[in-house]
Amino acid sequence: MMISCEKAATICNKAQYKEASSWEKIKLKFHLIMCKTCAKHSAKNKKLTTLCNQARLAILSEEDKNKMKETFSKAK
Amino acid sequence: METHQLHPDTWVDLYADYLFNYAVTRVSDAEIAKDLVQETFIAGLKSAKNFKGDAAERTWLIAILKRKVIDHYRKTNSKKGKAEVRMSYSSQTDAEGDWLEERIADPNSNFENDAMENEELGQAIQNCIAKLPKKQAQVFIMKTIEGMETEDICNALGINASNLWVMIHRARTGLMGCLNQNWF
Repeated sequence: MMISCEKAATICNKAQYKEASSWEKIKLKFHLIMCKTCAKHSAKNKKLTTLCNQARLAILSEEDKNKMKETFSKAK
Repeated sequence: METHQLHPDTWVDLYADYLFNYAVTRVSDAEIAKDLVQETFIAGLKSAKNFKGDAAERTWLIAILKRKVIDHYRKTNSKKGKAEVRMSYSSQTDAEGDWLEERIADPNSNFENDAMENEELGQAIQNCIAKLPKKQAQVFIMKTIEGMETEDICNALGINASNLWVMIHRARTGLMGCLNQNWF
């Protein structure tokens, strides 16, 4: 039941991508009750996930970039 | 003051996403945004000799892109026939009643502010990602923005899962610190 802060951080990160198991989440919750530092970090981590979703970040696909490089090198 | 130099070979890898984000929030069409970014790189190359080295490469490229976006607006506008303005009070011409009150902007609406804030937020996050060590940024982007599976990323980069989570942890902590002042 007792986990280290590092383990807690890893579970917290996994939870941001919905990859933490239920048992892991229970262990994390338990840890967060006792460790204020981790609780703070965990809250911030959650907020970061919200911000990233809110910003709807867009990126170019590898394919698009390669195409861009090709056109670009022709222009040189 | 340090002077900056241009390295066109690295442009696509380093700045394409950043410029693309900038463009896509302004023209709201991915295809057009892509073209504008491409044009920006080519224009940058052509005017490389005008680069004085007093701005960072990326700032300089953004300045070019800004002009490209404005040009794009101008072009589409001239196609429409010289910015003709037609106004009618309402699309429902037979509407009765409080027609004037209905036309006034809703003072309680947060919609416009949200849109603007999200645009700034996107730029802020991109800025902070750009400051991360390259490997961390790469893993973070694959996981968060591209939404790839952990296993696929590990295979693609030749790392194991615990490596991945360590890098994700560092990237996220870095981003929290970087975004801290304005967004938390």
